[in-house]
Amino acid sequence: MKNAFPDSTDELEIGEIVYQDTMIDTVRDILKKYDHNPTRLMDILIDTQSEFGYIQPLIVAEISRQLNISNVDIEQTLSFYHFFSTKPTGKYTVYLNNSVIANMMGREDVARTFEREAGCKFGEVSADGLIGLFSTSCIGMSDQEPAALINGTVFTMLTPFRVKEIIRDLKGGKKLDEIIVEGLGDGANALPEINSMVHNNIRKKGPILADGYKPGEALKKIMKIKPEEVIAEVKLSNIRGRGGAGFPTGMKWEICRNAPSDEKYIFCNADEGEPGTFKDRVILTEYPKMLMEGMAIAGYAVGAKKGILYVRHEYKYLQEYLEKIIEGGRKKNYLGRNICGKEGFDFDIRIQFGAGAYVCGEESALIESAEGKRGEPRDRPPFPVESGYLQKPTIVNNVETLCSIVKIVNHGALWYRSMGTKESSGTKVISISGDCKYSGVYEIEWGFSVTDVLEMVGASDVQAVQVGGPSGTLIGQNEFNRTLSYTDLSTGGSIIIFNKQRDLIKDVVLNFTNFFIDESCGSCTTCRNIPVMLRQKLEKILNARGVQKDIEDMIEWAKVLKASRCGLGLTAANPIVTSIRNFRPLYDKKIQHGKEYDSNFDMLAAVKESCDAVGRVPNIHSN
Amino acid sequence: MEKKKPIVATTSLAGCFGCHMSILDIDERILSLIDLVEFNKSPINDIKKFTEYCDIGIIEGSCCNSENVYTLKEFRKNCRVLISLGECSIMGGIPSMRNGIPIRECFEEAYMHGPSVKGHNPEMVLPNDPELPMILDRVYPCHEIVKIDYYLPGCPPRADLIYDALAALISGNELKLPYEVVKYD
Repeated sequence: MKNAFPDSTDELEIGEIVYQDTMIDTVRDILKKYDHNPTRLMDILIDTQSEFGYIQPLIVAEISRQLNISNVDIEQTLSFYHFFSTKPTGKYTVYLNNSVIANMMGREDVARTFEREAGCKFGEVSADGLIGLFSTSCIGMSDQEPAALINGTVFTMLTPFRVKEIIRDLKGGKKLDEIIVEGLGDGANALPEINSMVHNNIRKKGPILADGYKPGEALKKIMKIKPEEVIAEVKLSNIRGRGGAGFPTGMKWEICRNAPSDEKYIFCNADEGEPGTFKDRVILTEYPKMLMEGMAIAGYAVGAKKGILYVRHEYKYLQEYLEKIIEGGRKKNYLGRNICGKEGFDFDIRIQFGAGAYVCGEESALIESAEGKRGEPRDRPPFPVESGYLQKPTIVNNVETLCSIVKIVNHGALWYRSMGTKESSGTKVISISGDCKYSGVYEIEWGFSVTDVLEMVGASDVQAVQVGGPSGTLIGQNEFNRTLSYTDLSTGGSIIIFNKQRDLIKDVVLNFTNFFIDESCGSCTTCRNIPVMLRQKLEKILNARGVQKDIEDMIEWAKVLKASRCGLGLTAANPIVTSIRNFRPLYDKKIQHGKEYDSNFDMLAAVKESCDAVGRVPNIHSN
Repeated sequence: MEKKKPIVATTSLAGCFGCHMSILDIDERILSLIDLVEFNKSPINDIKKFTEYCDIGIIEGSCCNSENVYTLKEFRKNCRVLISLGECSIMGGIPSMRNGIPIRECFEEAYMHGPSVKGHNPEMVLPNDPELPMILDRVYPCHEIVKIDYYLPGCPPRADLIYDALAALISGNELKLPYEVVKYD
């Protein structure tokens, strides 16, 4: 990091030139590492960002020259992701999670302590350039909140006291791994290549998370059968995508297999951005070999030779570990050429990191991102199975789906179907957080009722449960007998519990709406604007200025959002719509009755800025 | 006794008077309009203050300052039906292009550094006379200040649309809105 306060102007000029030269050299090395390939722009920017803490125009110009693409091609990607910055973000960059659970677990006090101790507000860098404070969406640590990323290192269960220690130690010149004094997390988290304080909190194991998994067993088994037979088995198992959308996996594979092409790709979606979801993080930590095996099986089945594991930037602390696992897989010949001795079965995996964007969990946005572009969902058709990564047929499967495939191959489709319900076969790994005794990861059979779940996790005094994260459904007591399944309450894995002390509209619905506003890619007019208008309505109601019409407007406007291109826009109003449907009295209690219209206009507030600017006292004549 | 004619009032807030031009653009039909309605407060007849309760108030323009808000509230109080006429009134229009720019920057451009004022305001004075209306933090469309009953879109709305809307409102007949009448340019 460069000295922010050089002693003299002369030194600045000379220092600046030398610094710029070495900076350009570093950028050139990075570009060389990625073969000057513009589709690897994400990796180039991620490396540059982590090298310099921010990416300045000088670097953009250099990348543009070297890759022979325009400045705007770089800037559009650069400006899209949370973790890229064009301004200095401090020697230590703190990203404190602002999800609903972080707030419930005391984020506010932690944030204020950060500001006091660092001497700057959120969104700013301290005057000495040491510490930058920023907010970020859910970082996948909902069972150990409040949590923050500091230069990529995860700090969980923060308290004001801990924050004081952390900032004191950073100011004192300690390194980040010296600061993790609470000790390391359980399982693989304690390995030197992860070295993290994150905990797995696996509370209930089922067949997928079971102990005794033998890497390579499933691969050896499929060597004896044809790819078509693998697909037939997957189809027979009736497994559907575990990421949330629930598309039948076997059908996806079959379409991809039948798509004519010289090259195909297997993507594993480990973007896990839905607030309250963290089960993929645990699978990546504890069962990465199973995941790699699942990807190789998919490669064999559809005839793909290349796999890309797209991991969200928040889990970058797992990079060294995952790379080591992949390397180990190659040594054992579970990856690479002629896998398990099978002539012509080649498959290898590379990791692609994201840079902070919820929408990249949508498969076509994820592919765009992996190609080095903005993570904006594509128009469909064509679907990725026909034209995906680099316009080649591409499978995108969730982490858990691919792991389940390994077990299906090992034990058979009928075994798998013996679990769960008729339409929703098998098990589901769910992430449970919020107001309960035992938050963490549970593997359950489909068909569990919400009541079963609440009992299992030690939740009492429950007011509401958010099933499926912000894009899912908020349900109340009268629906706790509903079951988790694709035909009733579908979930990608997030279950958040709220007790009776929580203000559902202020603490939950408003937080979720803010989340969608922050995370919209802005491409569709509906998704760019309507959530903002809905938030204004919510704030008006919370400000005790709401009227009946505001609630009706929200319901009507939410329908217009359905014109959006991807799941984000389609579901962005779900927190509002489902909370109005299931908790209408909470809204009715907050609005003004017997009043038809209230503009929520506040003249004094509206003229304050201009009166301050010209130096006059507001003189309001009301009529 | 002859039935009393409906009374119409109009005003232009933060607008360009283009919508009022469009009202005049109904050409000779203005004579039949005069037969149909009576005008109260309006720039067309230069009546400055409401002299009685009106049936229809037509608002051109958005609210950019405290006086606009005052006038708009006067209209709401004195009119049974309020119509937002044109883009500015409905959406904020051209004046709202300043929304998102800090007021201080707008003032500096308008009174200190803009091409028409540069060098003519050596003391860098910003107008602050208490008689002047106060500028709002952003430009508000009318329905964000008072309840609006009808919206006639266009920039300006076509004369035909205005005439047909008024005629429909007065006669109680349904307004026909053929596609080509609703124009935005």
